[in-house]
Amino acid sequence: MSAPAQAGWEVVIGLEVHAQLRTRSKMFCGCPTAFGAAPNSQTCPVCQGMPGTLPVINRTAIEYAVRTALALDCRVNAGCRFARKHYYYPDMPKNFQISQYEEPLAEEGLLEIDIDGAARPIGIQRLHLEEDVGKLLHEGTLATAQASLVDFNRSGVPLMETVSKPDLRSPEEAAAYLRAFRAVLVYLGVCDGNMEEGSLRCDANVSLRPRGSAGLGTKVEIKNLNSFRNVQRALEYEVQRQAQALEAGERIVQETRLWDADRDVTRPMRSKEYAHDYRYFPEPDLVPLQIDRAWVDAIRRDLPELPRARRRRFVAQHGLPPYDAGVLTQSRALADYFEAAVRAFPQPKLVSNWIMSELLRALPGDDERAIAGAPVTPERLAGLLGLVQDGTISGRIAKDVFERMLRTGQDAPTIVAREGLTQVADEAALAAVVDRVLAQNPRAVADYRGGKTAAAKALVGQVMKATGGKANPGIVNRLLEEKLSRI
Amino acid sequence: MTIHELAEAYRRGETTPSAVAEAHLARIAALDAKVGAFLTVTRERALAAAAAADARWRAGAPRGPLDGAPLALKDVLCTKGVRTTCGSRILEGFVPPYDATVVERLEAAGAVLLGKTNMDEFAMGSSTEHSAFGPTRNPWDLGRVPGGSSGGSAAAVAAELAAGALGTDTGGSVRQPAAFCGVVGLKPTYGRVSRYGLVAFASSLDQVGTFARDARDTALLLGAIAGHDPRDATSVDAPVPDYTAALAGGVRGLCLGVPREYFGEGIDPEVARAVREAIETLRGLGAVTEDVSLPTTDYGIAVYYVLAPAEASSNLARYDGVKYGLRTPGAKDLIEMESRTRAAGFGAEVKRRIMLGTYALSAGYYDAYYGRAQKVRTLVRRDLEAALARVDVLVAPTTPGVAFRLGEKADPLAMYLNDVFTVPTSLAGLPAVSLRCGFSAAGLPVGLQLIGRALDEATLLRVAHAYEQATGWLARRPALA
Repeated sequence: MSAPAQAGWEVVIGLEVHAQLRTRSKMFCGCPTAFGAAPNSQTCPVCQGMPGTLPVINRTAIEYAVRTALALDCRVNAGCRFARKHYYYPDMPKNFQISQYEEPLAEEGLLEIDIDGAARPIGIQRLHLEEDVGKLLHEGTLATAQASLVDFNRSGVPLMETVSKPDLRSPEEAAAYLRAFRAVLVYLGVCDGNMEEGSLRCDANVSLRPRGSAGLGTKVEIKNLNSFRNVQRALEYEVQRQAQALEAGERIVQETRLWDADRDVTRPMRSKEYAHDYRYFPEPDLVPLQIDRAWVDAIRRDLPELPRARRRRFVAQHGLPPYDAGVLTQSRALADYFEAAVRAFPQPKLVSNWIMSELLRALPGDDERAIAGAPVTPERLAGLLGLVQDGTISGRIAKDVFERMLRTGQDAPTIVAREGLTQVADEAALAAVVDRVLAQNPRAVADYRGGKTAAAKALVGQVMKATGGKANPGIVNRLLEEKLSRI
Repeated sequence: MTIHELAEAYRRGETTPSAVAEAHLARIAALDAKVGAFLTVTRERALAAAAAADARWRAGAPRGPLDGAPLALKDVLCTKGVRTTCGSRILEGFVPPYDATVVERLEAAGAVLLGKTNMDEFAMGSSTEHSAFGPTRNPWDLGRVPGGSSGGSAAAVAAELAAGALGTDTGGSVRQPAAFCGVVGLKPTYGRVSRYGLVAFASSLDQVGTFARDARDTALLLGAIAGHDPRDATSVDAPVPDYTAALAGGVRGLCLGVPREYFGEGIDPEVARAVREAIETLRGLGAVTEDVSLPTTDYGIAVYYVLAPAEASSNLARYDGVKYGLRTPGAKDLIEMESRTRAAGFGAEVKRRIMLGTYALSAGYYDAYYGRAQKVRTLVRRDLEAALARVDVLVAPTTPGVAFRLGEKADPLAMYLNDVFTVPTSLAGLPAVSLRCGFSAAGLPVGLQLIGRALDEATLLRVAHAYEQATGWLARRPALA
């Protein structure tokens, strides 16, 4: 992104994040919420919006929202209310969505993000619950389809919408906010954070204002930001687009634009797609919800350690560099993995190195399911490190063993025994190899005796080669030194 | 025969539920072409239920007094496997995959469900003329309306096509047709009966109610359908009293409030006289009366015709041709399909209310209409509650006049004003019952309305029962062939 066009402008961004809650059943009926089931197999009259049906609030969804609100330091309102939001779209069976409007579940919180090593609080304006809509499937493309089908499996899945204040000042900050937000949800166990499956979706409001100005410029809403990368790229594009328009003396039109990830542009949605009067009014089928203080306090007491606190603790307790702590706390599963491994092998920095260089080479660290189900368990990683420590295998061999553990799901001792990878530490056997190498390399021996001590390294290499890398390097060095000094 | 008389006859072995069901089905076949009370007759389902009831009575193990009772359901209540039209073209071909809670409860009590009754489309109307399937006629005078919107249920009970029936009341849709047809119509407290499976018109006002020939049958029906339902978040979790046991006791010492606004301008003198005489009868039975004032009465209709259409515009949004019911073919895109389906599927009165309600909820108008109406609704409720803090029951006419002629009230506003005495109670969520208290010179029934405290249906039924016992009005029957 070329900076010059925006030099005189300050970027103002606010994010609206929709998170699917990991409840077993839907927001207002008992249907399961599992992803990927056969179309319309997880539906009932209620989530199909059949005439005569009524919603009943899922208590667990409220609990998850309260848990999130507390983790974000929000004020949980003593009373909240659901409202109907109206627009016509065939993926929404009632042609209104049960959401919250004037009386949301929680307001006024904050989420700290790290920008260049410094913490920055981002305000949370509100947090509320609503129901998800279904999914349209078109035969071919939307433009050419002769028919469209609706899958209501997702209809009624609990969605938590969290709206930030316009406190973000760059696309990088927006992406950092989304990452931090996702980590909080995943730590709380309220959302799986899977952006590909749509568990976490993001819309952004972005505007520019002259640097130093306190007012707000005309904002543009951008939809369809379904990955961290897209959030940043779409915002970068949009900031540039607005800056160029403003520099050219144009006015920004308040509109909704769609991020087109294939073309790397935002483009306006057709006006009829968003020109809504939602005609909100309180949902008469649900009574206003009273949130019991004692229940909120109990949820607060049960809050798990959150990512920032855990990162600080990893530095303080385990002596890790802040960078390592940041990487290891990117998901709850990874942080749990690290701590389990350290319990079994109490050398935190070594464990950290192995996780960062080997485990995360194979698995994405922010993927809870992948890390939690890693074929190399924390205990097995500790077992592998134990073999290195007691000299059974070398560090280099250990990396190969780790790869095989990942592939086969077997533990280190099994692989080492089967493949004969045990480090050769038998002095008599190694002495014979050393003698043979010295005999075969008179030139190197001569160089060494002529004062070129570096020649010893070549000889070590020859010994390692002759033993298939299994020789204990410490013993080899000592034997070579002894024998060379005697020659 | 009434439901309790039938149960007694079953007990004595004088007749069987099957014989009674057959007799009712035969009467429907003979007379309903004139009355038009039924939209769907569920002959097989009824006879199967009756045969099962026969066996239970024979074995001396009936499920209760409703076992084998031949009943009808307003076609706004969902019935699994039986088409449910709401009197509308837009639900053409819609067969619910589930039973309404009240249907489940009646069947669990052994009731024999004869079929589904006609109604104003989506319960919007006071005459049952606004049904897409033709009007229902008043059994007392086939040139007159049975009232509405539950006109089919009221007419079915009046014409003895069914021993009892369920209807729904949003602004008077049970009480007003009960008055016009001379039967007992009860609108319970909002939340007393589950709304699950009642196709919504105005969710904050809709309530399932009963039609029966006397207070005792009303007590039986209410006892069967009342009670908390976890599928309806607005249903009240309070114990259900024994309404039949509560019938006894008379009215001695009860304080009856007579609201002066319900006897003012616009009331038919024949109705006013019959209601005044009924009040005198109750005084003669030992009740004391007190004049009360309900100054917000006049605002009821205005408030109702903002709130009910607003909720209706939302509830009826789902009928778009996408999922069930009517879909008008030949549209070139989605929006055209939806608008053509709704244009063809809804009748004029429904469209009028959808437009009124959409307007009332629109940005910029919400506060002036919906918001303000909610505030006035609170005042109407406080007004009634304050009166009922002083008196036990309010007594008033159910309607300003007796049944009118088909086509007589072509002006929507004239039709709306028919609900002036029933709407305030709906806005307050309070229970009310209409019962026969005489006849006009032309032989049309007049309805007496009793309005009670929240969840105090028992006292209403006690007063109704005492009145019935003291008067001979129930002996008269409509002169249908």
